[in-house]
Amino acid sequence: MSESRSASAVTPEPLLRVHEICAGYGAIEALHGISLQVQSGEIVALIGANGAGKSSLLMSICANPPARKGKIFFAGQDITVLATHQIARLGVAHVPEGRRVFTYMTVAENLAMGLMALPEQANHGLLQAGGGADPEQIYHLFPRLRERAQQRAGTLSGGEQQMLAIGRALMSRPRLLLLDEPSLGLAPQIMGRIFATLRDIVKEGTTIFLVEQNANQALQLADRAYVLVNGRITLSGTGKELLASPEIRKAYLGGH
Amino acid sequence: MDIYIVGQQLVNGLVLGSTYGLIAVGYTMVYGIIGMINFAHGEIYMISAYLTAIFLALASYFGLQSVPVVLLLVLFATVFLTALYGWSVEQIAYRPLRHSNRLAPLISAIGISLILQNYIRISQGARNQGVPPVLDGVWRIPSSAIDQHFIQITYLQSLIVVTALASMALLTWIIHRTALGRACRATQQDRIMANLLGVDTDRIISVVFVMGAAMAAVAGMLVTLNYGSFDFYIGFLMGIKAFTAAVLGGIGSLPGAMLGGVVLGLAESFFAGFVNSDYKDVFAFSLLILFLIFRPSGFLGVPEVEKV
Repeated sequence: MSESRSASAVTPEPLLRVHEICAGYGAIEALHGISLQVQSGEIVALIGANGAGKSSLLMSICANPPARKGKIFFAGQDITVLATHQIARLGVAHVPEGRRVFTYMTVAENLAMGLMALPEQANHGLLQAGGGADPEQIYHLFPRLRERAQQRAGTLSGGEQQMLAIGRALMSRPRLLLLDEPSLGLAPQIMGRIFATLRDIVKEGTTIFLVEQNANQALQLADRAYVLVNGRITLSGTGKELLASPEIRKAYLGGH
Repeated sequence: MDIYIVGQQLVNGLVLGSTYGLIAVGYTMVYGIIGMINFAHGEIYMISAYLTAIFLALASYFGLQSVPVVLLLVLFATVFLTALYGWSVEQIAYRPLRHSNRLAPLISAIGISLILQNYIRISQGARNQGVPPVLDGVWRIPSSAIDQHFIQITYLQSLIVVTALASMALLTWIIHRTALGRACRATQQDRIMANLLGVDTDRIISVVFVMGAAMAAVAGMLVTLNYGSFDFYIGFLMGIKAFTAAVLGGIGSLPGAMLGGVVLGLAESFFAGFVNSDYKDVFAFSLLILFLIFRPSGFLGVPEVEKV
């Protein structure tokens, strides 16, 4: 077990650096001075109970709502000053809570929406009939989506929608993938498949920062993890360290 | 019942309905994307009538003779400037209220509507204005008809229907087949998610206002050419009629607005032809009330139930 930032103190500029941010909705502050970093090529998990502020943190990284205090750096650039769509165009893709697929659009159209983050699409390609990149790789990752390509996304099962949301985020080949509870509501089998896919995605050069209530799965997958309690980071370490930690076992790994 | 009278009302209804549809599209798209009824939309239509007259006068001042050239130039100029009005209205009156209470932009819309009416009244005068006929000529079916036994279609009426169909086909193509349209639909369904995916949703909302105003401008030009006269107050009645059409079709639905326009146009025209022409507006608004009571989602609207 190590303190928050001992291990990575000498490494080069991390891909994502969150520095003492506070954020919230209206009068309610959900995050009280969060600091963390994600190195390029890592899978980092953020675990915590319901309502700890995990989703709020992911949304704040995307400036929705923006941080009230503190700074967020992406690849060395201060993104606290940018709008949500600008952050997405830098290569930050988000699979938000509840998946939020476009239910009235087909699977193929949902995937095409993932290309909106590409700067060339946003600036010039808006009247192009097709759009740039090929959904073929996504269909390769999730063959199920290929079968359903022309079906409305609203008709998909929960697991398929989760695949679609991840596929959509990957269309722009993001540098950083933010995943909010990818295991939520999924059958264990499908969850296992999605987590295996996440490992493949990292090999392709995408860094993953994921939020999970399912600490067991998340810690097995992650290189490192942070523990969030009531809007504050209380623990951090490698996935293995945290899995072995008695506190974690008691609080999150079914010490009931 | 005389088949020719029925046919004539059918023609009149289709012509009227296509203009309603063109304007209704603006209501329905704006409602779809920001959930607000843009009560200034009728005024945008009214302004396009004035712009049409101004550009027609300019064309004749510069001695342009060819009717197709004049019509095309006037169309592009009117659509462009009207779209600019639509864009400015959104920037000035609605965008600052984006995150406020739902009622605020509605009040703001009514305010903008009054401002635009009075701006035109002051700058152009309160009297009726007119344009000279640009395109004369009629078809009669059958062409050898005697007495009243024929259906008459003016060149302008056919131009109205053809232009309306073409504009709607173009708009439908943009919305359903281009990345811009996809971004519009995504913003309509889930603005936050579209934003997270890199869509500049504020810009998309502007684009929707521009497209709505452009369609209203097409209608404004066509109706102005057809009727020849207009004043600063025409936007009110036309606006509510088109809004009725949008509700009939199912507010938020693009094909619904077009369908609602045609249905309302036909209903009104048949009522005027066979029942009473003085009460045709009463009939149209009775339809609005009946739909709001018994089928608020219209013909093609989707009730707001589907949640993931």
